[in-house]
Amino acid sequence: MNHWQPQGTVYGTLLNFRREWDLWGSRMTQDPHKAAPQAPVLYVKSANTFNPGKVLVLQDGVKEVDIGASWGLVMGEQGHVEGVVLLNDWSVPHSSYFRPPVKFRCRDGYLGCGVPPVPLSALDLASLSITVQVNGQRVQTVHLSDVVRPMDRLLADVAEFMTLQAGDVLMLGTDVLETGQRPRARAGDTVCLMAPGFTPWVQTVQAEAA
Amino acid sequence: MKHARIAWSGAIQQALESDGQLLITQGPHRGHRVAFDEVVWLPPLAPVPQARTVIALGLNYADHAKELAFKAPEEPLAFMKGEASLIGHMAFTKRPADVKYMHYECELAVVIGRTARRVKKADAYDFIAGYTVANDYAIRDYLENWYRPNLRVKNRDTCTPIGPWLVDAADVPNPMALKLQTTVNGQVTQSGSTADMIFDVPTLIEYFSSFMTLNPGDLILTGTPDGIVNVNPGDVVVTEIEGIGALTNTLVSS
Repeated sequence: MNHWQPQGTVYGTLLNFRREWDLWGSRMTQDPHKAAPQAPVLYVKSANTFNPGKVLVLQDGVKEVDIGASWGLVMGEQGHVEGVVLLNDWSVPHSSYFRPPVKFRCRDGYLGCGVPPVPLSALDLASLSITVQVNGQRVQTVHLSDVVRPMDRLLADVAEFMTLQAGDVLMLGTDVLETGQRPRARAGDTVCLMAPGFTPWVQTVQAEAA
Repeated sequence: MKHARIAWSGAIQQALESDGQLLITQGPHRGHRVAFDEVVWLPPLAPVPQARTVIALGLNYADHAKELAFKAPEEPLAFMKGEASLIGHMAFTKRPADVKYMHYECELAVVIGRTARRVKKADAYDFIAGYTVANDYAIRDYLENWYRPNLRVKNRDTCTPIGPWLVDAADVPNPMALKLQTTVNGQVTQSGSTADMIFDVPTLIEYFSSFMTLNPGDLILTGTPDGIVNVNPGDVVVTEIEGIGALTNTLVSS
């Protein structure tokens, strides 16, 4: 059965893939940002986003969503990483990273999460990848080797100011395409995340019933 | 009624305020009274089955928005916190040694009582269980203009004291006309009124529930008025809201 849900708080990491960081380039030092981020740029995926179901319903006027294929580190006791989970960190497309993304990222059902975690020891982190398919067509391949902060560095930089509790999940980030955007899905699209070592994670995007 | 969640006699207890004491309301010590200084105060929030959603507001008082040199926002400036940042009344908050500007923020905290989705302003009060006081500390040295205010400023261990009481909504006839005050070592440094919120509590519940579900036990910290000052290790900070409670916190160096 695929019905796993996080037990604790889920944190996401922005700008943790080199392609997106590099595409920002000198714009990072312009207004309103004024400087490149020093600490990890994090956000919270609140519990109303947890969605172990087969469907993501677009509600409240949303017409399309960014697909956010990611790995989540599932924390055990004392900062130990217990497992890794395959997640779809859905979001409403937004180009400004200035203000916190609550209305873009914290909508109901916006964290696809049904596949149970895999023990960290069972994975070869260096070679991990996720292939994203929309309606059977490959649209993106995400390589964990492309991150700005690898797992251990990210965990250390986060631990500098907050302690992850047992059951909390820290996502390693979502990559962009060459355009700087994330792949998108609309009502009717079926999105499949496939990653070696994980059960594929499939959800279909639906429009809200009238 | 004013509800507390305390540690006493080797276990977590639920209690009510009763004649200046804590009256334990459940378990083997039911009916026993203990003094305020005999217990460890925990956040006055019952456990919830999934991660508690903790929403906080920035720039939600006209004067504070002005103080921080921003124009008042056109929609609520909201950010999220993890529950692990919460600590109880009479607790210690860590102040990093190398920072120049760490300040308290006295805030009315709303505790959701019923599942709320697409709630209209006029009905919003029906979805509130009660109110408590939060002190949403910030360390401005760590502000970065990426998802600002960023979590390093706002989601630090020990930096969100909350309590001492959860006051039933029925006992707070008008939450939009409560005096707020902060003292640092007994000196008043911040004073204001919830009447000056830019987005009042019903508006906030309508706004958030327009795109997300709020569950029982979820929190909305509604922002702070002007009067924020730097605080240092050893300082005793009391954030108080009329009729809700006085939340005491002591800074320690980290």
